[in-house]
Amino acid sequence: MTDKDTDFAIEGHGDISVGVHGAGASGDGSASATRITPGNALRPEDIALEVRRGQVKPSEDVAEFALRIGDDGLILAQRLGHWISRAPELEEDIALGNIALDQLGHARSFLTYAGAAWDKSEDDLAYFRREHEFRSAHLFEQPNGDFAVTIARQFIVSYYQYELYTQLMESTDPTLAAISAKAVKEVDYHRDHSAQWVLRLAGGTDESRARIIQGFKLVWPYVDELFEDDELTTRLAEAGVTVQPSSLRAEFDRLTGEIMAEAELDIPAVPQALGGGRRGKHSEFLGYILAEMQVLAREHPGASW
Amino acid sequence: MAPHGNPEEPASSASEIKREAPKVAAATPAEQQHHETPWSLWEVFVRSSRGLSHVHAGSLHAPDAAMALRNARDLYTRRNEGVSIWVVPAEAISSSDPDSKGAFFESPQGKDYRHATYYTKSEGVKHL
Repeated sequence: MTDKDTDFAIEGHGDISVGVHGAGASGDGSASATRITPGNALRPEDIALEVRRGQVKPSEDVAEFALRIGDDGLILAQRLGHWISRAPELEEDIALGNIALDQLGHARSFLTYAGAAWDKSEDDLAYFRREHEFRSAHLFEQPNGDFAVTIARQFIVSYYQYELYTQLMESTDPTLAAISAKAVKEVDYHRDHSAQWVLRLAGGTDESRARIIQGFKLVWPYVDELFEDDELTTRLAEAGVTVQPSSLRAEFDRLTGEIMAEAELDIPAVPQALGGGRRGKHSEFLGYILAEMQVLAREHPGASW
Repeated sequence: MAPHGNPEEPASSASEIKREAPKVAAATPAEQQHHETPWSLWEVFVRSSRGLSHVHAGSLHAPDAAMALRNARDLYTRRNEGVSIWVVPAEAISSSDPDSKGAFFESPQGKDYRHATYYTKSEGVKHL
């Protein structure tokens, strides 16, 4: 980031008190002993401000790509949010809620940036697009199932997103790189969380092992779609904006394979689904998710609370 | 224990999953009211900033240290509260007897010569 960007990022914090420049709580010896600050990470509001000031504007291709990964996070956040008050333990309830909020945060940043190409806000994109206009992959809209299905889905998502965001940190598009640099640390924790649970469920009781095996069987058909290249990714890869999704596969296979081997689980031998989410072709589940997610904003346009 | 009170099993090494830890039994309708083997209680200590001490933040349930640390991260550092976490099995903590307050704690009262009240140069120094 340039000095100018940093300066603006502080200003962009609006009415949240962050204290004097650099006085974040983390690891700063001069920080207040009692006052907790939210820190100075990049927020969707900061991107929106940059957009309003005309400092950033994505190309059509970049916006379309940001829409894809933003929609991934948005739909997954909506799915994970359903666990709140329903998880097997109170502590896990909050853990899943945290992951949902992390995903929502990434989605807000990516959608805010994408919207800049079409003069739309994050809310316009989240609440006022129709099903075939969403670009999320099918994995993200798959039902929560039981806890093991949710963990299996999260395991695949986290290892995929970690590889993607790690590569995007090197993007020639500075906004995508900045969002990814923030997101990758959070996704790293999601990897740890889901890997821990895969190991625990697989090594737990006969019941938990049977359930995680079944969970992987249900979500594994949606893995290939994540790593499909198409015309958009080819153009963006040539421009250095992102890498081809297929190039992420080897590392994904290696790292997930290590955990699966430790858990003594086999990669499910299941045929792959057709996919099509990136082209707006979705499974039957997305419509229901959107109905619940969008109803309030559509019934009361412009409402605030 | 090391001078700074690091547990003998430092937090960074608590990545091993305790396989023999009590598992939550698959609940049948009759069992749903209470777990047969509940997760044990852990006390959580969070250090908010480099140079400060770990301070007790609360407690939580977890089957082992690895998950206690992660749950502590999720429950007690969501708002940027910490740079370091300790978790301690609640049963490992010995506490003073609340009925012995007089014998334990009243003796220092009124002994103001034990306080460095006459030094003024140090006023305003952080973390002293």
